[in-house]
Amino acid sequence: MSPDLKARIENDIKSNKIMIFMKGSRDFPQCGFSAAAVDVFNRLGVDYETRDVLADMDLRQGIKEFSNWPTIPQVYVDGEFIGGCDIVREMFANGELEQVVSKALGK
Amino acid sequence: MTITEQIQQRVREALAPEHFELVNESYMHSVPAGSESHFKAIIVSGRFEGQGRVQRQRTVFAALGELTGRIHALTMKTLTPAEWREAGGAVESQSPPCLGGSKADG
Repeated sequence: MSPDLKARIENDIKSNKIMIFMKGSRDFPQCGFSAAAVDVFNRLGVDYETRDVLADMDLRQGIKEFSNWPTIPQVYVDGEFIGGCDIVREMFANGELEQVVSKALGK
Repeated sequence: MTITEQIQQRVREALAPEHFELVNESYMHSVPAGSESHFKAIIVSGRFEGQGRVQRQRTVFAALGELTGRIHALTMKTLTPAEWREAGGAVESQSPPCLGGSKADG
């Protein structure tokens, strides 16, 4: 991974409390797993930022290396990798995600 | 050996699961009939003791090795034997529907 890409990812997860690397956009997700991830945050009613890995092949590969995680979507809260679709949905279902997000947003 | 069989073999060897379900859900996605691209797994293993959710999935992906790159998606529930008993020996796992945006790789 190029130092430039690494710096870009680090900047993204640092400057956005909730950062989602996904396929497509929040309005037009291109994969059911990515759609499920943004749906969770929409339901929480919190602000978040997304990057479309389909529009950037370097990012698509680089984020997998960066996170040591082979699939998309990937969710970061407060600079920390919290997981992909399965984990985010599970944490939403048991209320854990709301706690983590509230803490990150300082609510 | 099919990809399904290879996944089963690697998970059994690496994780010695107490309970293991693997479903090929490729038919739900925009891939050719008979594909082995999308899977759902429920894995109950003592190896997950002391691991968080992220680490558990990394453990599974590590067990799959290069097979990970040959499948498009793997939805997982990862539980320890104690969690599995607490859940009454059943967990719900509903995969998201496919939106057909990307037919190659994960």
